[in-house]
Amino acid sequence: MIAIVDYGVGNLFSLISSFNKIGADIVVTADPQVISDADGIILPGVGAFEDAARKLRDSGLDKVIVEQAQKGKKLMGICLGMQMLFQQSYEYGCHEGLGLLKGNIVPMKDSIPADLKIPHIGWNALHFTKESNLFKYISNNDCVYFVHSYYATDCDDSVIATAEYGKELTAAVQKDNIMGCQFHPEKSGEVGLNILRAFCEME
Amino acid sequence: MITKRIIPCLDIKDGRVVKGTNFKGLNDVSSPIELARTYSDSLADELVFYDITASYEGRQLFTDILTKVASEIFIPLTVGGGINTVDDFDRVLKCGADKVSVNSGAIKNPSLIKEAAHKYGDQCVVLSVDIKRVDGAFHVFAKGGREDTGIEAINWIKQGVASGAGEIVVNSIDTDGVKQGFDIELLKLVCDAVKVPVIASGGAGNIQHFIDLFKEIPDIDAGLAASIFHFGEVAIPDLKRELKKNNIIVRL
Repeated sequence: MIAIVDYGVGNLFSLISSFNKIGADIVVTADPQVISDADGIILPGVGAFEDAARKLRDSGLDKVIVEQAQKGKKLMGICLGMQMLFQQSYEYGCHEGLGLLKGNIVPMKDSIPADLKIPHIGWNALHFTKESNLFKYISNNDCVYFVHSYYATDCDDSVIATAEYGKELTAAVQKDNIMGCQFHPEKSGEVGLNILRAFCEME
Repeated sequence: MITKRIIPCLDIKDGRVVKGTNFKGLNDVSSPIELARTYSDSLADELVFYDITASYEGRQLFTDILTKVASEIFIPLTVGGGINTVDDFDRVLKCGADKVSVNSGAIKNPSLIKEAAHKYGDQCVVLSVDIKRVDGAFHVFAKGGREDTGIEAINWIKQGVASGAGEIVVNSIDTDGVKQGFDIELLKLVCDAVKVPVIASGGAGNIQHFIDLFKEIPDIDAGLAASIFHFGEVAIPDLKRELKKNNIIVRL
């Protein structure tokens, strides 16, 4: 059973549909016990970092997620959910993340050429920078769908894929059982479903 | 780099696709779900569903269909038609739409863009504009292109972006249906005026028209069309392979 953490951020329709499509056993929950009992955790998220981080903290689920991840349970953050795995975000101020991965979230506008549009929105190719079992069903240069204005930097060695948009932006990260996708696998066609499939099949 | 997007648009009335189609191997060519699946399998980068239903019952049918499509098709979905209030945004987003396109609704109530962008984020709000040349100026038309509002189009688009529209669809009434190519003059003006993605609509008749579009306006993000895809005149995989041959970056 995979627990999709429902902490009142964003619309989970597509994510739920994607897991249903691949036949995964899922539960959408805000119950700490259910999350603790699950085989894996998905941390979704759309919107502003500060608001999402506060909601997660207010619900008390932040502690459960950190504790479970540190015990070795597989965890994947998606989009803003990925960004929350890091230490800090500099989106409108400076806000604490879950600190499960080393690195920070910074605005794209300070580090890509001014003529590029922000948000980085659309289909872009994944460039694998490391081997990962998350990619076992997909190929280098497969395209996935991005929508974001901030990105993860100073990630140490957790980056497993980048996407080129003025520079190589962090697209996916993994440190053992802790994973994240900046893009939306639930909107990335067959490639995205294959990433979710690989996640579900992990021990 | 971000790929150039190819977007088929499906006009839906009372739960059915309006324009006839001749897809091979499709049992029900006017079923939005079958068509959506076909397009998704043939490398469409995004789908636009345009609801041209007027009745309440028709709207219900539309949201049911949208829910079904969104449960099975995992590429971005944009919904337009009859979007007049933030509640309309809510209705279609709950059914699995990713973006919502406003047109006449924003003309009637210009604060709609701001309210929706504030609630759902800029990336969710698409401003669709029907534009026609009137005495040498570009005017915004309302009610499906039937009514000249007298509003100057480029200013209208700039205001829309300032209010929070995250993407612009430019429908040129002058080139629409003529199949002589996209309205390059107008599209260039729009691309120079705003820094959000711009989607070209109206005038595509063949593959070369898409090549011309992306070659002549490197800033344009996407080409949208309906009939040439529906009638099988242009197959999206063929189109994308030709674009690639011409050094235009696409998802294949």
